[in-house]
Parts: sequence; C-alpha cells; structure tokens
Amino acid sequence: MNVLASFYAQHSKLIDQIGINALLALSLSICMQAGQLALAQAAFMGIAAYVSAILSLTYGWPLLASILAAVLVSTVVGGVLALPVRRLRGIFLAIATIGFGEIVRVFANNLGITGGAEGISGIPPDATTPVIYAALVLTALALALLSRTKFALAIALVREDENAARGVGIDVGFVRFVTLAIGGAIAGLAGALYAHSAFFITPGDFGFGRMEQILVWCVIGGVTSPLGAALGAALLTILPEAIRFLADYRDVTNGVILLVVILFAPQGLAGFWRRARAVRM
Amino acid sequence: MIAQQLANGLFLGAVYALFAVGYTLVFGVLDILNLAHAAIFMVAAFATWSLVKAGVPLPLAFLAATFLAGVIGIALDRIAFAPLRRRNAGTLVPLISSIGMAIIIGAIARGIYGVDERHFKLALIDAPPFHLGPLTFTAVELAIFGSAIVLMLVLSYVLRATPLGRQIRAVAEDRVAAQLLGVDLERTIAATFFIASSLGGAAGILTALQYNSVTIDMGGSIELKGLAVIILGGMGSITGAVVGGFVIGAVETLAIALNLSEWRDALAFGVMFLILIVRPTGLFGKRALRTA
Repeated sequence: MNVLASFYAQHSKLIDQIGINALLALSLSICMQAGQLALAQAAFMGIAAYVSAILSLTYGWPLLASILAAVLVSTVVGGVLALPVRRLRGIFLAIATIGFGEIVRVFANNLGITGGAEGISGIPPDATTPVIYAALVLTALALALLSRTKFALAIALVREDENAARGVGIDVGFVRFVTLAIGGAIAGLAGALYAHSAFFITPGDFGFGRMEQILVWCVIGGVTSPLGAALGAALLTILPEAIRFLADYRDVTNGVILLVVILFAPQGLAGFWRRARAVRM
Repeated sequence: MIAQQLANGLFLGAVYALFAVGYTLVFGVLDILNLAHAAIFMVAAFATWSLVKAGVPLPLAFLAATFLAGVIGIALDRIAFAPLRRRNAGTLVPLISSIGMAIIIGAIARGIYGVDERHFKLALIDAPPFHLGPLTFTAVELAIFGSAIVLMLVLSYVLRATPLGRQIRAVAEDRVAAQLLGVDLERTIAATFFIASSLGGAAGILTALQYNSVTIDMGGSIELKGLAVIILGGMGSITGAVVGGFVIGAVETLAIALNLSEWRDALAFGVMFLILIVRPTGLFGKRALRTA
C-alpha cells in the first residue's frame, strides 16, 4: 500500500491530467463520430473553466454547483454554435470552429471579468483525483448507454453517408446539434475540473495549441472510437513524462511518434482491437 | 493618421498575402491544410538571421533561406503527405501529419536556437525613414513591400505562362485527368510544395525584418491569421489570398487606429467566421487557381 501511496504522491498531478485529457478526447470523439471535424473543444473547455472559476471565487459557489453551471453553459454554447455552422463540412467546419475558438480566446484576453491575459488565480483546488475520475466514469457510462440507443446508429450513419441518413428520415441537422452540444458538455466538464485542479487559468491554456493536442489524441486513438480516444489521451499525456530522459529531443520524439502512427497505423490504437475499416472524414 | 494606418495596412497585408498564397496553393492543388507552413515561415527567418550573422549580404541570405524553405517543403511532402496520398487518406489524416511535422520542425529549431529572441544588425533597419506627403515609411517597409509584390508577380507568371504552371493548374483541376495527359504527378506536387514553402519562408523573413525580431513561436499568430486570409479570399484561390491578405491587413491596422488594438484578432476571425457561414467559397472561390 505504501508503494501505491508514494507513487500517487509523486504522480498525482499527472494522474489528474490524464483524467481531464481523457474527457477532452471523449468530447471531440463524439463530434467526430457524427463526422464533424469541429475543433472548438478548447474553447468549450475555456468557457466552462472561467464560468466555474468565477462562480466559486466571486460568488462562493460550492464545487459541484459551479461545475454543473459551467457544464450547462458550455452545453448551450456547443448547441448554439451548431446552428450557424450547420452547412459546413470537413475542413471548412474545422476552420470555422478554430476561428470561434480564437474569438473566445480574444474575449478571455480582454474582458475584465476573466482577468485579461493574467487570467484568474486562487481557484480552490478541490477537484481531487476521485472527483475527476468519478466525472470520467460517469461520462463513459453515459456514452456507453448512448451507444446502445438507436440514436447512436443515426450518428454513425450521418458520418458514413449523410444522404443515406436523410433518405431514411434522420434529421441530420438535429444529430449534429446534439453531438456538438454533448461535445460542449463533456469539454465543459473537463474545463471546470481543470480550473479546480490547476489553481490558476489563463486564456493561453485554451488556445489552438490545446485544440491541436486534443485532435492528436483522438486521431492517435482512432477517430471514431471513444475508448481509443481516451487511451490516446492517456498515452500521450504520459509519454512526455516517460521520455523526460530524452530532454531536448523530447518534442522531436513526440512529433515522430505522431507521424509514425499516422503513417503506419491509420486506424490508430483502435485498429488494434477493431477489424480494419475505411474511415472517411 | 488614417492614411498612415492604411499604408501600414499595406505592409502588413503584403506579408499576410505572401504567406497565404503558399498556404492556399497547397490547398488548391492537394486539398490539404498544411499546418506546418508556419513552421517553415519561422525556420526561414532563423536561417536568414544565421546567414546574416555569418556575414552573408542580406539579399543573398534571403535567397538562400527561401531556397532552403522550399527544400524543406519538398521534404515535408515526401515524409508527411506522399505516403498518405498513395492510400487516399482523405483530409483529416494529412492535417494531423502536418501537425506532427510542425512539432518536429519546431523542436529541431528550438534545439538549435533555444527560446531567445534574435535581432538583426543591419544598416537597412537603421536607415532613416522616407516622407511622402503626410506619410512616413521606413526603408525596411519599402523593401518588404517591394519583395512581396515581386514574389507574387513571379508566382502569377509561373502559374499562368510556364509549362510547370500549366501542370500545377491541371493537377489542381483534376489529378487523374492530368496524369492521363502525361503530367508527372509527383514532380508537379514537389514543385508546388517548393514554391508554396519558399513563399511562406520569404514571408517569415520579411516579418522578421519588419519587427526586427526572430523567435521560435513567431509563426503561431500568422498560422491562424493565414486561415482567415485564405477563407476570405476563397480556399485555393491565389488572387483571393492576395486580396484577402490586404483586406485583413487593412482591417487590423484600422482596428489599431480606432483603439481596438486588443480586439483586432477577434475582428479578423469574426470576418472569417461570417464568410464561412454566408459564402464558404470566399470572395474568389476555388476555381480561381485554375485560371490564375
């Protein structure tokens, strides 16, 4: 038991990060499952992080209430974002949502309530490891339940062939709206937990660099596999720590591993347990 | 005051346009969003700084670094995109491999140069400014504007009037048909990457001269700003990228003139978002590359 305790004491920060990053990957994964390359997760995360930080610090809300309120806000933002971008596909959707993320970042940088470029500090660090992993398990359960519904089939069909989906009476716009709202909810949950475990947040925490990371986790894991996405996030969060001994060459190694997976394991991690199947995005 | 800001907008816009032209050329020919373009932008600036520091005259250093940028572009294609092309990987996967290459290029540059900001020691930068009526220009600004315009004219000539240009346009139009007509696909794509990356590198060198600053993360802002430019102009359109570059440059400098400096990025991305929603083909649509 002592060994475990000291391992945890040494790596608790990393363990918390893995949980939060897995949530972020799940958030993007649900959008990608509906064929939407919507890259606004970092923005959803940031919005929720700020909402929950402000509610706890300025208004003294308890952890759970501030998280729920933040998730509510990011869900609404996700759903509302789905409306203007409903006609965009592929790379155009990606670029529009990247633009949305940048606009959110500029606002966070310039509004008084968000503390500008210095951000907000002194957030109570009450999102402990059990809280984070409870959130992750609940999210995974909810997604597992969702995957057994007819709606999951609609999501898959919208991804594989939008016209066929329309042909069998699926409301494509509604599927995209719901998946983006769920994506907003999960990224928001991750953001609120992030704020309550990081002590301080700045606009830069939620920029395009973060979004790139989330995208990379998802693709390494396997684009349409939630389990793969979460594992991808976990592996790539551990990797930089595990290869710390490479010092200056660590980032090169990161990039090379990413390239190798993309070039030689097109299905990502999910390819290892799933029969090869063409993924068209 | 406004006139001076608009003139400043021209200088800023010229560099945006130059960067975006390469960005959009790759998209027009290959339907790939190359997120390593900004990394090459940065590498060329560092290469120029090193050469100038070693005593090479600036124009020569500029040419050598642009050439290097082009060669890196070819390598980028061979490593990150060519294998994916052979298995028809769609648009998402190349996007990710370009992120991988951007990480690798950035990490190598950081390994060599560290994170410190570098400055040029050049007579050109210290030269006294020119006055033209109420307007003031520095020699560097004029040199930047002149080189950007010349490079874009050269590109336009190459695409319009040379066999290589015809091949590039043919591949952009229809890859399979171009191959059937005897166009060497891989050679044409390599040439496209060389041209696009050397223009992106040139934009990086000019940006570094403009602010007299070379940093490892200098590509971060233009990487996304370039997206706004090519969306505004229309993905794949060379003319659109040039016009878009000048429009975004003007919008930003006007924002500065109106004391909205901190909000200028939101303006640029707001314009981009609106264009995508209202008119996703931008001002000039994709076809413009084929008739450039």
